[in-house]
Amino acid sequence: MGEGLSPAEAEALWLSLRISSVAILSALPLAFLTALLLVRRRFWGAGLVETAVYLPLVLPPVAVGYLLLAAFGGRGALGGWLYASFGIRFVFSWTGAALASALITFPLQVRAIRQALEATDRGLIAAARTLGARPFDRLVNITLPLALPGIVSGAITAFAASLGEFGAIITFVSNIPGETQTLPLAIYAALQAPGGEMAAARLCTLSILLAVIFVSLGDLAAKRIWR
Amino acid sequence: MSLEVRLEQRLGAFTLDIAFTTKGRVTALFGPSGAGKSSVVAAVAGLSRPRQGHIAVNGRVLFDGASVFVPPEARRIAVVFQEARLFPHMNVEDNLKFGWRRALNKADAATISHVIELLGLEQLLRRQPKALSGGEKSRVALGRALLAAPDMLLLDEPLVALDQPRRDEILPYLEKLARETKLPMLYVSHQLDEVARLADEIVVLENGRVTAQGPVFDMLTDVGAIAGVPPLGAVFEATVVEHQSDGLTRLNFVGGVLFVPHLRQAVGVKVRVRLRAEDIMLALTEPTGISANNVLACTVTDIRMLGDHADVQLLCGAIKLVSRITEASRARLKLERGLKLYGVVKAVTVAREAG
Repeated sequence: MGEGLSPAEAEALWLSLRISSVAILSALPLAFLTALLLVRRRFWGAGLVETAVYLPLVLPPVAVGYLLLAAFGGRGALGGWLYASFGIRFVFSWTGAALASALITFPLQVRAIRQALEATDRGLIAAARTLGARPFDRLVNITLPLALPGIVSGAITAFAASLGEFGAIITFVSNIPGETQTLPLAIYAALQAPGGEMAAARLCTLSILLAVIFVSLGDLAAKRIWR
Repeated sequence: MSLEVRLEQRLGAFTLDIAFTTKGRVTALFGPSGAGKSSVVAAVAGLSRPRQGHIAVNGRVLFDGASVFVPPEARRIAVVFQEARLFPHMNVEDNLKFGWRRALNKADAATISHVIELLGLEQLLRRQPKALSGGEKSRVALGRALLAAPDMLLLDEPLVALDQPRRDEILPYLEKLARETKLPMLYVSHQLDEVARLADEIVVLENGRVTAQGPVFDMLTDVGAIAGVPPLGAVFEATVVEHQSDGLTRLNFVGGVLFVPHLRQAVGVKVRVRLRAEDIMLALTEPTGISANNVLACTVTDIRMLGDHADVQLLCGAIKLVSRITEASRARLKLERGLKLYGVVKAVTVAREAG
């Protein structure tokens, strides 16, 4: 990386960080509620919800991208309605890239939060009950703070995974520099251009660096478990 | 207070069929592990829902079969669990005030300071639970329960997780609590010495059933009242009458006089005294020239043979005592009911001020 990053490469880095941040943070509340629902597991169709949540983990990302395109594209039912009613458009937009990343990394978030919730000491919840704490009170003041290290760790790991998302993004919102061209897409574009190997190698090194940083941060957060 | 408990529950092969009513201020639920104590605790606290039964505190029905089930958060029964169960993400002060913040009739600032002082927590308020010793955790858990302003305190073997030095650290606090607060308590334990120090009334549980119930003074000396557990000796009240110049304190009780090493309690104060069965020797004639300070004239009322030793129940004035001697001694002294003799007391334990 002797000569540093070109403006286009720096833009791809910045875009990656921004898209992944928005993807993870906006999916977090829904992931928490889903995890809570799955932990309690006392409703009809819980198994179905679980399968649906974990589906993006095993589905080819290209298929996820295609499904998103079918739903949110200009001629898709949801996409047409969103554009007509609110002027919101996902296709060819960085918000679409964020939506694709959020969907792909959703199972990772749900799984981490679920594990954190399952590890919370039921005895503490019982103690809170005998001291007069009602359900919502317990959720906010006991369950959530106790699960917080696990939630943060899961979010950081999902963020790291989101930085590497390729298939769903390129299928759904294409490869537009400055709009949807994240690091992996920039690597792909560099390899397509003649003499782009050096640029691809630089971006690849950058990706490895980011992955190492965020995976370590995720581990660190997981170790801050309350005792 | 009055506590009414009737429970019917099947847990696998184990059947729980329990009924008791108590009006004692400190009631001990006593029994070996596996007797069903935990099931009673969970049901009274509302953390489990038995199939059938009835639970009421001071006439307020908390549970009645299928028709009434007040959830634990509305029961106003504060529980001190075996493990302290402090919230690890809150400091000691926030733990203490957790129940207080949610209480309907909040204790005032003076009461809060009093509880903090009573339990010696002044120096710990800013600390995190993980920085506390086992004994300190127990004291915080106790304070947290008290400040929730409950109708009743439910103590589920609060000392079982502690080693002996820590127990000795907490017991005086519990004694102070039993004496000073007017709060009714249900104290669950399988340790007879804790029960002897704290309780007014004992309910004995065995194999999911109540096998005996009564005032602590009678229960602990009744040979055979608590099957499987040796009688602990006598527990009774005595009054401090004089601090003598020879360093001994003189106590009066309905059966006579006891001399004990100097007590800090003032003259006129009532104390709870315990004479362990192992600490009473028997003599057919009044012994003279011995080191023991106390010799009591008694009558044998009952004898229970237990293999190589025997528990002899004695009546001394209006107080029942128990002496544990070897089977060989019993045979040599030809002990029988109605025999008059002397109990030589080797040691007296003053448990607490009587409340």
